[in-house]
Amino acid sequence: MMQMKATRDAFGETLVELGRKNRKIVVLSGDLEDSTRAEYFKKEFPERFFNLGIAEQDILGTAVGLSLDGLIPFACSFAVFLTNQGYGVLRISICYNKRNVKVIGSHAGLTVGPDGATAQCLEDFAITRVLPNIITISPVDAIETEKATRAMVDICGPVYMRLGRAPFPIITKDSDPFVVGKANILREGKDLTIVATGLLVSESLKAADVLAKENIETRVINMHTIKPIDQEAIIQAAKETKAIVTAEEHQINGGLGSAVAEVLGKNVPVPVEMVAVKDTFGESGDEEGLLKKYHLKDVDIVDAARRALERK
Amino acid sequence: MSANEIIIDVLKKKARQFRKEILEIITEAGSGHPGGSLSCVEILISLYYYKMKHKPDNPNWPVRDRFIMSKGHASPALYVTLADCGYFPKEELKTFRKLGSRLQGHVHIGVPGVELSTGSLGQGLSVANGIALGARIRKANFNVYCLLGDGEIQEGQVWEAAMTAAHHKLDNICAILDCNKVQENGPVAEIKNEEPIADKWRDFGWHVIEIDGHDFKELIPALDEFDRVKGKPTFILAHTVKGKGVSFMEGNAKWHGKAPKNEELALALRELD
Repeated sequence: MMQMKATRDAFGETLVELGRKNRKIVVLSGDLEDSTRAEYFKKEFPERFFNLGIAEQDILGTAVGLSLDGLIPFACSFAVFLTNQGYGVLRISICYNKRNVKVIGSHAGLTVGPDGATAQCLEDFAITRVLPNIITISPVDAIETEKATRAMVDICGPVYMRLGRAPFPIITKDSDPFVVGKANILREGKDLTIVATGLLVSESLKAADVLAKENIETRVINMHTIKPIDQEAIIQAAKETKAIVTAEEHQINGGLGSAVAEVLGKNVPVPVEMVAVKDTFGESGDEEGLLKKYHLKDVDIVDAARRALERK
Repeated sequence: MSANEIIIDVLKKKARQFRKEILEIITEAGSGHPGGSLSCVEILISLYYYKMKHKPDNPNWPVRDRFIMSKGHASPALYVTLADCGYFPKEELKTFRKLGSRLQGHVHIGVPGVELSTGSLGQGLSVANGIALGARIRKANFNVYCLLGDGEIQEGQVWEAAMTAAHHKLDNICAILDCNKVQENGPVAEIKNEEPIADKWRDFGWHVIEIDGHDFKELIPALDEFDRVKGKPTFILAHTVKGKGVSFMEGNAKWHGKAPKNEELALALRELD
């Protein structure tokens, strides 16, 4: 049985650990620190923690002010509130001003589950991809979340990281490399490449197993950085495998699939099939039921792979 | 004349000079926001020539007082002030709004002395709060000033920030409202009445001082009073006139965001002499 852990848990643990070493780290919360796990930091460093209430624009703006004198603020809330309600502040106060603010959006994707469409952030990649100066990270599991959290402290500039509520399968190891902007190949293959991010990476690995039984050798790429996208890995995959499937817990418009298609269209046009939420809002339900209903499961990735292979 | 009267006379002369320069650079640019720039001239002069500790030859001096121009469209007023202080050569003012210039249409962080790019209204006070909170964490001793427009406070984020400053008892922050009564399409009172403004800020937990925002004799004591207020943020409600100093611009929404033609500039400059 695969080990499971929520990325938000790993984030909360890493943040408090970083806080012990780095006194410049301060944390802002939109009254959701219990959910985002920023509360671990709050318990140990109450003097560097601020729950600013339900006010995402103010949280992001206050974070900018804190960053202006060299502090490293982490603004933590649900992905949907920070990127949607906070968009104008993200655009001007953070990105235009190139501020060293870390925006941590938890409970992203359909797998928030029963809270339904209003809480299910399916557009954070699209929103951050159109903003200059920001880096967008979508960790695949708890181990990678820890590495990403550490890495963003060393980056001077805006970073957005998406986290999930539900436990994700742990598929990487402590020893695996993590470089922002550099995708990781998790499985080699010559017939087809699946470029996936977040929870959908483990579904892609399952899909690759299914395809292997039909003698289809599938490369699986963990695209943990959505922006800047690793163009080299995409171009190489297209040249070598000549068919691409993308998989993400995000709207089909503007997310990972779009980013990959933009790279391919400009460089190596090959068939692309996208596994994503198809321009519709989500709904309440259990995680597994939602992934099935909205066609984000391994079987859906297998179907997409077959379509891509037919178009080769 | 007493020493104080002489100083105030000097400041008044400066205000007239700034108004001319503001209109000159907007005319040269062919676009910009004269109304809300002319209304905040005395406020900026009181801050930069009286109240704030700052060093134009060292814009990043760590203990400087911070100024956030939340009403970023009034960039000409701030640029003219900063140039006069010596943050950058006055010659550069001619490049305002032109391709490749540091003097972007709205207040821009690339300009020496500017702490934050603004222009999307409503965002500045949150940032000012963040600076004030940071100063508290680092036990740094400086104040943060934030200039808001009265049209601007229709933005909801301003009130989120107003609650934050009061809740955290940020007595190192002073918000100043350039209350010029007119926004882009007409009088504030007709578009979305904000009165009673002073009561609203008092109810939000701020120490409120209401003054004539063109009178140095009221501005200076108000800024000094802020120093003495402990345990809560200070809000200076500065009553001003949009387009102040130019008869045909005063109180006229038409001059919110329109550049004068050369003849209009000449007329205005004569009035300001």
